[in-house]
Amino acid sequence: MTATLRAERVSKAFGGLQALADCSLAAEAGRITGLIGPNGSGKTTLFNAITGYERIDSGEVYLGDRRITGSPPQRVFAMGIGRTFQLTRIFPRLTVLENMLVPAQRGLSARQHREHAMELLAFTGIADHASALAGTLSYGQRKLLELSYVLVADPAVVLLDEPAGGVNPSLINHIADRIRELNEAGKTFLLVEHNMDFVMSLCDQVTVLDSGTVVASGTPAEVRADPRVLDAYLGGAPGDEIPGAASEPEASHG
Amino acid sequence: MTASEPAAGQQAAGTTGPGASKATGTWSSRLARPRLAGAAGLVILIAAIGFFPLVFTNATATNFGVVTLIFVAVVAAWNLFSGFSGYLSLGHAVFYGTGAYFLVVAAKDWNFTNSSVFWLLPLAGLVAAVVAIPLGLIALRVRRHTFVVITIAYFFIAQLAASNLKVTGGSSGLLPPVPNYAASTFNNPFYYVAMLIAAASVALSWLIRRSRFGLQLRAIRDDEDRAAGLGVRAMPVKLSALVLSAFITGMAGALWVYFIGEAYPQFVFDPLFDLAVVLMGFFGGLGTVAGPVLGALVLEPTQLWLNLQESNGYSAEILFGALFLVVIIFLPRGVLPTGAEYLTSIRARIARRRSAEGGPPVPVPEPASQSTPAAGGTQ
Amino acid sequence: MGSEIGQAIAAGILGGGVYALMAAGLTLVFGVLDIINVAQGILVVLGAYLSYTISQHLHLDPLVGLVITVPGMFLLGLVIYWLFIRPLRGAERTSMTLLACFAVALIIEGVLYRVYGSGYVSITAWFTSSSIHILDFYLADSYLIGFGLAAVAMALLYLMLYRTTFGRAVRATMQNQSAARLIGIDVTRVSAVTFGIGTAVTAVGGMVYGAISGGFTPNSGYDLISRLLAIVILAGMGSIGGALVTAVLMTTAEALVDIWQPDWSVAVFYAALVIILTIRPAGLFGRRAVRAQ
Repeated sequence: MTATLRAERVSKAFGGLQALADCSLAAEAGRITGLIGPNGSGKTTLFNAITGYERIDSGEVYLGDRRITGSPPQRVFAMGIGRTFQLTRIFPRLTVLENMLVPAQRGLSARQHREHAMELLAFTGIADHASALAGTLSYGQRKLLELSYVLVADPAVVLLDEPAGGVNPSLINHIADRIRELNEAGKTFLLVEHNMDFVMSLCDQVTVLDSGTVVASGTPAEVRADPRVLDAYLGGAPGDEIPGAASEPEASHG
Repeated sequence: MTASEPAAGQQAAGTTGPGASKATGTWSSRLARPRLAGAAGLVILIAAIGFFPLVFTNATATNFGVVTLIFVAVVAAWNLFSGFSGYLSLGHAVFYGTGAYFLVVAAKDWNFTNSSVFWLLPLAGLVAAVVAIPLGLIALRVRRHTFVVITIAYFFIAQLAASNLKVTGGSSGLLPPVPNYAASTFNNPFYYVAMLIAAASVALSWLIRRSRFGLQLRAIRDDEDRAAGLGVRAMPVKLSALVLSAFITGMAGALWVYFIGEAYPQFVFDPLFDLAVVLMGFFGGLGTVAGPVLGALVLEPTQLWLNLQESNGYSAEILFGALFLVVIIFLPRGVLPTGAEYLTSIRARIARRRSAEGGPPVPVPEPASQSTPAAGGTQ
Repeated sequence: MGSEIGQAIAAGILGGGVYALMAAGLTLVFGVLDIINVAQGILVVLGAYLSYTISQHLHLDPLVGLVITVPGMFLLGLVIYWLFIRPLRGAERTSMTLLACFAVALIIEGVLYRVYGSGYVSITAWFTSSSIHILDFYLADSYLIGFGLAAVAMALLYLMLYRTTFGRAVRATMQNQSAARLIGIDVTRVSAVTFGIGTAVTAVGGMVYGAISGGFTPNSGYDLISRLLAIVILAGMGSIGGALVTAVLMTTAEALVDIWQPDWSVAVFYAALVIILTIRPAGLFGRRAVRAQ
């Protein structure tokens, strides 16, 4: 039973640097929303702010009708919001299966816990590695593992930070398919990504961040054509495409 | 570090995964059935320890035995906290000493003598466990290496307190009651009590390793913030492990002081004690169950023997320091995990040779990674 | 009574200067290498024994002897770093380096016991038995010289850090090791030299300690390291200036408590440590933890 995740006018500064300024974003219930923007635009900071890994200076965060601003990560998790990290955070000295058993789950017996975990591992495709130490997994497998254990608690909203980053193309499609399946089953997704094909093909809504503010928001098609988005990525060179959408333009700033 | 799942005394071994071959007879296939080998080894070890004082009756041997078993208990208890959580404590002597002093004072004040003193041991452990609570609440809030340094500070505070407080007799120390055991078998009661405590310590370690509690501890070790973000309540988990560890260490300290018959601050709170415990834990394999046992069984008799060889006992310091450096530079994960990996690579070589010769297939374990069976995590 | 207090404060501040120097060495090493050198205490004692040998057996002025001991200890620091610290890698690196330092400390202590035995010795020189008389106070010459040496050494340290290219490299490494590597700083070399500097200051600290302590043995290392650790953690493990202030505060507090309760005066260090850490886990001057565990 999912809900809309909303950030309203969130601001966050690190010393003199304003990482987020009056950011508002909505991940609609049951949809897949993409969050894109040049490096340094504040995407991960926004994720951290929403999930309690950073304190917000001002603004509010809502899950459905519930105000969750400032909740610490464990409460955010308990409320049904799961997130992955840009640099995968797994437990290297635990086995893959043990990784899956770390997230707290109430009301299940040990056996049910394990069965559920194995089901999820089968779903993401790494069940064969259940007894391997997580530290021995390849990069792509780690991403799948992180996705898997985030799903263990059956979160209503899933935040993925660069799920396709640094992963080979066949695996990217695999991940995209899994996300679609989960979405069809009712989960809300909010993704940060640089891979434009991935974002444009998967997401219902896209929000663009630049230097801590939202510069555009809409369907993939709308955003792709928005001149402000091109500005954000390319620093104002007219007539160029969004990187990755068609031909490679000049290097963007940031 | 490899995750090994053996109980006390089991040979270092990995698993062969599903569909293990049922080949019998040859030594290589016996390596391929670690579970059976491990259980047999455990029984043999326990029997050996049990019969030891009946076979080696001279006082030095049983003396070594008592102290070694005490160290087995302490190292296993230390590992239960530090090995699993990754928070290295260099102040466990505080718990050891608290239990020791409590025993001496209680035995005197409440008039316990001879074997009834042993009933005070769990109480001593309890006192140490209670002391661990405030210590842990303060120390477990800081980063890992600040934590280590704070435990060192705790150690010095305890030593200072013991040297200056009246209740502990100050620097002139206290004497526990002397039991009226027969001279020829004087050490034996101590030996068997020590064996009991050591067994309890290792068993507790093993149970925790297989439990969800142990899983949470190990997750904390790998990535505490992430674990917390997934609902693991870090402080209660860490504190509980510390309290359990302190309980056993306190009991061991109480037994020790009753055994050696004197309590002086500089011996009860001895920095070499803490280092020895840590060294044995590292040597055997931090975070495993059998590692601490191995470490204590090998290193403690060595230290005792060295101390016997010369009255000027400072060689032990130099040697232990040097050994420590060797261990952490060359065997950072300890003997057992490194040994387990070595065994795994041998089995892999055997399997390859077997299949090259066209013999019956032996399952090849995953190279360079030790597995625990899926059932091992949370049963 | 007033002059007693004044005396204690004076002794505390002067003595604190020396502790500040040694604590600065610890803080520097922590900042650059991310390790806590728990061998610092016994290294000071080693420095004291070296100065003692120089003055007793070579009949040199211990101050002159510093010309030998400072470079000597610097080299020792380089060797310790190269052999026992640099090879350590992996997830447990911070804990392991701490234990390595502990092991090195034990070895040094054992060697000192074998060479010098367990009796008390102290350094005697032209400045160790005289004092100057100012107002109502007697300021022992050894304390004054010690403070002076510490001040000079700290000034040199400051100059090195803020006025030389190497110092800039050190500061860069302290702030961000990977970034420093990326701009071409040889972090290993910086680490080695910094560790050497951390050890070299113990040569100075050792000589002064040997002169003002009234007698030391190899066992004195524990007392020293426990104070130094208390200072450094209390200060917050990242700020040399903070370590300086904290050192002077603590030694002065101890000197004051010593007037009433000599047995427990050293407890001032620990009490302060525990109290402050309960309120402020980051220490008095510490920044919030930014490094991963």
